[in-house]
Amino acid sequence: MQRVGVFVCWCGSNIAGTVDVEAVSEALKSEPGVVFSTNYQYMCSQAGQDMIKQAVKEHNLTGIVVCSCSPRMHEATFRKTAAAAGLNPYMVEIANIREQCSWVHKDMLTGTEKAIILGKAAIAKVNLNAPLIPGESPVTKRALVIGGGIAGIQTALDIADAGFPVDIVEKKPTIGGKMAQLDKTFPTLDCAACILTPKMVDVAQNEKIRIFSYSEVTEVSGFVGNFEVTIKKNARYVKEDICTGCGACVEKCPMKRIPNEFNLGMDNRPAIYIPFAQAVPKVATIDPNACNMLKNGKCGVCSKVCAAGAIDYTQKDEYINEKYGAIVVATGFNPISMDKFDEFAYNQSKDVITSLEFERLTNAAGPSAGKLLRPSDGKHPHTIVFVQCVGSRCESCAEKGKEYCSKICCMYTAKHAMLTRDKYPDTEVYVFYIDVRTPGKNFDEFYRRAVEEYGVKYIKGMVGKVVPEGDKLKVQASDLIANKQLHIDADLVVLAAAIEPDKSARPLATMLTASMDTNDFFTEAHPKLRPVESPTAGVFLSGACQGPKDIPETVSQAGAAASKVIGLLAKDKLTGNPCVANSNELMCNGCSSCANVCPYGAITYEDKEFRMPDRTTKIRRVASVNPAVCQGCGACTVACPSGAMDLKGFANLQIMAEVDAICK
Amino acid sequence: MHNNKYLQEEIIRISGVNPSKCMRCGKCSATCPAYDEMEYHPHQFVNMVECGDIEPLLNSKSLYKCLSCFACIDRCPRGVQPAKVVEAVRLTAIRKQGANHLTADMVPEIVDEDTPQQLLVSAFRKYTK
Ligand SMILES: Cc1cc2nc3c(=O)[nH]c(=O)nc-3n(C[C@H](O)[C@H](O)[C@H](O)COP(=O)(O)OP(=O)(O)OC[C@H]3O[C@@H](n4cnc5c(N)ncnc54)[C@H](O)[C@@H]3O)c2cc1C
Ligand code: SF4
Ligand code: SF4
Ligand code: SF4
Ligand code: SF4
Repeated sequence: MQRVGVFVCWCGSNIAGTVDVEAVSEALKSEPGVVFSTNYQYMCSQAGQDMIKQAVKEHNLTGIVVCSCSPRMHEATFRKTAAAAGLNPYMVEIANIREQCSWVHKDMLTGTEKAIILGKAAIAKVNLNAPLIPGESPVTKRALVIGGGIAGIQTALDIADAGFPVDIVEKKPTIGGKMAQLDKTFPTLDCAACILTPKMVDVAQNEKIRIFSYSEVTEVSGFVGNFEVTIKKNARYVKEDICTGCGACVEKCPMKRIPNEFNLGMDNRPAIYIPFAQAVPKVATIDPNACNMLKNGKCGVCSKVCAAGAIDYTQKDEYINEKYGAIVVATGFNPISMDKFDEFAYNQSKDVITSLEFERLTNAAGPSAGKLLRPSDGKHPHTIVFVQCVGSRCESCAEKGKEYCSKICCMYTAKHAMLTRDKYPDTEVYVFYIDVRTPGKNFDEFYRRAVEEYGVKYIKGMVGKVVPEGDKLKVQASDLIANKQLHIDADLVVLAAAIEPDKSARPLATMLTASMDTNDFFTEAHPKLRPVESPTAGVFLSGACQGPKDIPETVSQAGAAASKVIGLLAKDKLTGNPCVANSNELMCNGCSSCANVCPYGAITYEDKEFRMPDRTTKIRRVASVNPAVCQGCGACTVACPSGAMDLKGFANLQIMAEVDAICK
Repeated sequence: MHNNKYLQEEIIRISGVNPSKCMRCGKCSATCPAYDEMEYHPHQFVNMVECGDIEPLLNSKSLYKCLSCFACIDRCPRGVQPAKVVEAVRLTAIRKQGANHLTADMVPEIVDEDTPQQLLVSAFRKYTK
């Protein structure tokens, strides 16, 4: 029998307001095993904890029940107290008489009665508790960053700076992400390339960083500190280590009319290409769907002109297996498709474009060499209409669009409008807005400058429809402040399309067992207090894959994620959770039910020899749990038809004892 | 402004619309082909019903200018369905008057080439209920 001490907390008036704490500690005195019972104002305070330590000594306690707030709050605190008093920390049970009792009851009588019942259940459980000792596992001192946008780049640089090796897996032929496509960046209007490309070069030159470009993660197993990852390096038909990036092949390739994804299809590229001049790695890639040599075996021009001899038409996809201690997800975002927004005539007119396309149109390295020209006829547009919130802030069940605010479009639209008026003062610029949302350092000032100094016409209202007519775009819109419907003949319409997570994020989350919200943004472990960690241990979040973000926010989050990774990799060993499953081999019939439900792949089977009652030996297949991988979810314990699987610290017997105590 | 709770609830009930879903973007009014003929515009209908300011709507000709084209329903990002609000106010007005105004033999008199067909169809529907 245990010697149990019961400590009832008032939590100021939080508990004592609706629960008669004196009555509770009195009633629990007579429960089996209880040798000491008391109550105190704040059990978690230093004085409260000292009281527990004192009682352990004086009464030789072997088990502790604290009737207090949720174990999520202070279980760890009281376990530490127990350990300091020389007890095994897993000999502590918490009866939650705050969240599950005093806060939900108004009446002192019922509140007190329920608190007593909850206390009895915890006592029944602690009587069956056994000391548990957590296992330890080593930490592989290498990090994986998935996605090579500014988020992934910054995280990798910071981790490498602390001395740990990092691999970046980027699915495109170059790192850089969306920022590489931008022209100038708010709020300071420095050119994106000027601040991004030095960082890309840093990554390329850093000895601690390896870049797997044109690659993807195909398999993840293992657990925090010990992930095993398979990376698929797609064949680019060019030997990366030999190609010098001279571009001779690109110039000579005869297949020149392939839509250029880097310029969002507004111009063409050849079948062999380097996305942009500062690409990292600066290596050519052959598009297998466009190359005549790969499709029909005819051509081979690039191989002839390559002085370095880097072209290899027989290259195959390559699979690399590597171990990592931590994984950072930095898969970013994309603008949503405008296909369903017929009212804006995006698919009917080349002169209706998205904001990202506008970035390319104004970028010196873009399809029009930085001159703002209409995609349809190359003429200079004189009237431009910007539409904000296209596909953002829609009702939750909307068949097109997203429920959230995309956060960055108010600012980049102000930027586009301001830059247009600055460079082309003869242009009329209208911005239709529902709200202008510009919180952030120097952000609202920036937007006001667009209005007051650059004469951008901000109109509170929305565009209802755009109809191409001749070489004009007839824009019909509302001006809610003037209470008018407006008709504008525009030359160019720019849509601030909502943004969404990359489509590959969902399958990746499944591989990582990391959780996502309904919009496919990765979920953080705690929205306020643990914003860069995923609830899955060892998986961290960086950049727009977690929610819409601009560059300053992305970079701060990227640094925060790196510091969490560094904190993990700096450890030599990780202490596990001892509340893991284990199977009773004598009862296990090897049916595989448990392995089928285990979300973490913690269960394997082995053939073991058993002595039978008649002294013969028999080989049977039985389940075995890897305690380092098991997260203690308990799924297997309910799936097991023979009752062989049990969870340490939450054994079936303990749970039933609690239920019995409650029902008595 | 007058807050007519009874009429407000009645209109919300008939239309099945929750006007508090409106985020005041004005896309309905940006889209509305009858805008210039209306004294109160689709977003105002929604807003005034939300505020219980019903009388001015009941007495406004705007009620009969709406073409029931449902463009506003199609475009509203928040799924508010302004046309249903207009329709519900129209029904309330007619029920209040307790009369069926439009009969078949009245049609030749009021119709001219500018009268949209939808207006007649929807007027018939409403007037003879
Ligand atoms: C039109 C426009 C203008 C903008 N202007 C500004 C501005 O002026 N100032 C500002 O501060 N912000 C601006 N932004 C926002 C800025 O682009 C983002 O804040 C920033 O790009 C976010 O970086 P990221 O690394 O999280 O995502 P991304 O830039 O999207 O990078 C993600 C990377 O991950 C890769 N990836 C995705 N999935 C996988 C996968 N499964 N495996 C491997 N790799 C993968 C992608 O290919 C990409 O390279 C603008 C955005 C837009 C759309
Ligand atoms: S940031 Fe501005 S434009 Fe973008 S969705 Fe939010 S409110 Fe609309
Ligand atoms: S408790 Fe959960 S994680 Fe552990 S072995 Fe069972 S199913 Fe797997
Ligand atoms: S379109 Fe919808 S959300 Fe926008 S003002 Fe009209 S009713 Fe309100
Ligand atoms: S249904 Fe009526 S209010 Fe709505 S857009 Fe058509 S005419 Fe305008």
